[in-house]
Amino acid sequence: MSPSHDYDLVILGAGPGGYVSAIRASQLGLKAAVIEKDKPGGVCLNIGCIPSKALIHQAEVFRSLGELKEMGISADLSGFSYQKVFAKSRRAAETLSKGVSYLLKKNKVELIGGRGVIVSPQEVEVNGGKISGRFLLVATGSRPKEIPGIPCDEKQVLTSTGALMLESLPKSLCILGGGAIGVEFAHLMNAFGVEVHLVEMMDQILPLEDGEAVQVLAASFRKRGIGIYTGTRATGVEKKGGLLSIGLEGKEGKSSLQVEKLLVVVGRAPNTEGIGLEKVGVKLERGFVAVGDYYQTSVPGIFAVGDVLATPMLAHVASKQGEIAAEHMAGGKPRPRLDLRAIPAAVYCEPQLASFGLTEAEAKREGLQYKSFVFPYRGAGKSVAMSRPEGLVKLLMDAGSHEILGAHVVGAEATELIHELLLAKSAELLPEDLAAMIHAHPTLSEAVMEAARGLEGWAIHV
Amino acid sequence: MAERILMIALSPTMEAGTIVSWHKSEGESVSQGDLLCEVETDKAVMDYESLNEGTLLKILVPEGGRAKVGEAIALVGTPGEEVSEQLGEAGKKEAAPEGRAPAVPPVGTQAPPLAAQAQLRQAGRAKASPLARKLAAQRQIDLGGLSGSGPEGRIVMRDVLGSGGPAPARGPAPARGPAPARGPAPARGPAPARGPVPVQPAAGAVKAPAPPPASGDVLLPLSSKRRVIAQRLSESKLNAPHYYLRADVAADLILAAREQLNRGRAEKVSFNSFLLKFAAEALKRHPRLNSSWEGEAIRLRGSIDIGLAVAQEDGLITPVVRDCGSKGILAIEAELKDMVERARSGRLAPAEYTGAGFTISNLGSYGILDFTAIINPPGAAILAVGRVRRVPEVDEQDQIRIRSVMILTLSCDHRVVDGAVGAAFMRDLKQMLEDPVKVLY
Repeated sequence: MSPSHDYDLVILGAGPGGYVSAIRASQLGLKAAVIEKDKPGGVCLNIGCIPSKALIHQAEVFRSLGELKEMGISADLSGFSYQKVFAKSRRAAETLSKGVSYLLKKNKVELIGGRGVIVSPQEVEVNGGKISGRFLLVATGSRPKEIPGIPCDEKQVLTSTGALMLESLPKSLCILGGGAIGVEFAHLMNAFGVEVHLVEMMDQILPLEDGEAVQVLAASFRKRGIGIYTGTRATGVEKKGGLLSIGLEGKEGKSSLQVEKLLVVVGRAPNTEGIGLEKVGVKLERGFVAVGDYYQTSVPGIFAVGDVLATPMLAHVASKQGEIAAEHMAGGKPRPRLDLRAIPAAVYCEPQLASFGLTEAEAKREGLQYKSFVFPYRGAGKSVAMSRPEGLVKLLMDAGSHEILGAHVVGAEATELIHELLLAKSAELLPEDLAAMIHAHPTLSEAVMEAARGLEGWAIHV
Repeated sequence: MAERILMIALSPTMEAGTIVSWHKSEGESVSQGDLLCEVETDKAVMDYESLNEGTLLKILVPEGGRAKVGEAIALVGTPGEEVSEQLGEAGKKEAAPEGRAPAVPPVGTQAPPLAAQAQLRQAGRAKASPLARKLAAQRQIDLGGLSGSGPEGRIVMRDVLGSGGPAPARGPAPARGPAPARGPAPARGPAPARGPVPVQPAAGAVKAPAPPPASGDVLLPLSSKRRVIAQRLSESKLNAPHYYLRADVAADLILAAREQLNRGRAEKVSFNSFLLKFAAEALKRHPRLNSSWEGEAIRLRGSIDIGLAVAQEDGLITPVVRDCGSKGILAIEAELKDMVERARSGRLAPAEYTGAGFTISNLGSYGILDFTAIINPPGAAILAVGRVRRVPEVDEQDQIRIRSVMILTLSCDHRVVDGAVGAAFMRDLKQMLEDPVKVLY
């Protein structure tokens, strides 16, 4: 620790970017402090990833009622209380938030409750006093974006925050925004019997994912009765006798929906205002912090990671960036930036969807010589044995070098299966290596092996 | 032999502990499982149960004293055992200053030093990722000539492609931002999960893929010869501590001798043959300059085998004339002539270009004044010969005379040849070249 500063590293925000960076810094011998105005763990643990996955898990348990019925079991749903489901999700969030506090303490990181504002390249003002650090790290995350003209009261018009804090289910829900968050809520609400309408402006829900993979998901949603409106946007919202009337405009013209509640999940905005960035000269671009190698901002000694950057707004992205910044500050030589093509995306609805790298559309757009292969889940016996036959594994490789360009998995456990493929990509393994490795039978992972074999021209089970 | 009782980690995160109280005193017997002492750690006071049997011979850390995990706190053995030696060791450990936080663990991936990389190559199979291997095979790039920037010095794709960036040149990242807002109606942003991914590095977060190679660049695949030259000369420069001795040699007499020899001869004897012969004579007098560093010993060679550096189309080679000490200039010339011709067209046998104990390199014909050469293994020295030039000189009678001079520069491996030894060789070589008759005595 430098005697002229209180800390080696002062971090604004204890989310996945901030707390991971703090712990890594501490492991490397730096004295770190994290300033958090709310609960440790940030949005992810408290009002994002974790509670949503807890709700989704319970939704899956609830959905298995269908399979229980097939066994001749009838269930008495009269005692069902969504409040209990909600409470469980809060318990999961609280447990993990406490866990983050424990991890910070264990690693001797100072956790300061309060709202920090940067006042100079090495000083942060918090709770009426100043603390100094050799390095500063901005990890203040993001907040839900709202649509101008459609104010969110978190009672009837919700953002993801309000939706995760619902203690009772609406009868009907319109979701504006067909990205991962909108899709997950659509799945979750529909599972508990809510009438769901999912509206997306682009031509497909999950617009950034591979079209073929998304089609499987969309078909599954439609079969369950989730209304999907692509190429459609909201034109206005009116309150009409306790309900909301949502004006829509799509390819077929105008229409309107009457629903009890509206969920607006059209993106997230970086929290870069009011923390002193402009005053100290940190350069912003369209509201995001501009950074170079090692996530250094335009002001030497100030770093930024996570949702405040214009990189994908994912917890694991923030964590990785935080690790790189910390390793650099400690004098190490990490790779200067994470590989954007090796970031796994995961959507936790059912069937799950996970991917990394190029979609086929992108490969075409870039004019690459590529080969792709789609292996249906049904070809892997396990999927049929566990009554989850819908899904596919799609792989793309460079036609010449066989470099893995992209992978898209939709189906049960997709978010776990993706990692075998991601490891192959990161270690520069080839599809032939995946094809050659013995995979246990019967597993869903065999679909990965077969997709690789398919690229090589010799898939066996399709 | 008395056994040292060490402070053990009583909890996974324990680094040091303070002895709160000893439950055994010196001279007391100890069985396995007996409570030895109570230790206060960062978390709590814990019992330290004995893992050893015997008699507690000496308490090294008293109550209230602190010991790091791994340090000795007591000695256990049979009564009367010699403990002073152990005490000395234990004492040293205690005297060690209590360090700060543990040393910063190695972080990130760094290419191992050159020596380790050389070892990887010498293992006969370069460590490379499957993708790198495939790319190299497709482009006929010799993996052995590449150095790897991946983990543990592994050769990865970017090393093969030669670009410095983390991603192969593939043009700009695809546009992933939101579709442009349409009119005053509320604009809806992109799917929230991924957020906007910038196209240009102006946002700063994304490094643009490496640009395509500038026009005019040509990527030469490495020939085995190039690889060998690169490897051997790098090793020589790296491992042998080179130093250099320069001498200006008056060449009038030796040139005259050559002229006389060549008078009436259809095939002229080259100057290089003279250099080889005179070098051989100097080596006879200074055998240390004709030796090799062999790690555990220095090999003084029995035969004077001198190599002459010869330029080839894409490289160089050193044909070796064996046993120069016993051969006359004419014999040396005959051999050289034959080998140099074959060297230029790459038709030398390995036995003809390896194993020179001493090497001569002559760049005089290129007009080079002087230069320093890299020692050609397995030798310990190499002689670099510059051009012969005419210079004015002032003699004993204060008269200006024009003389021929040339600069010789000797590179020596200081592991084998000390400065005075090299200098003595150069002195004698110079004297013989300046006054050839001196060879006779």
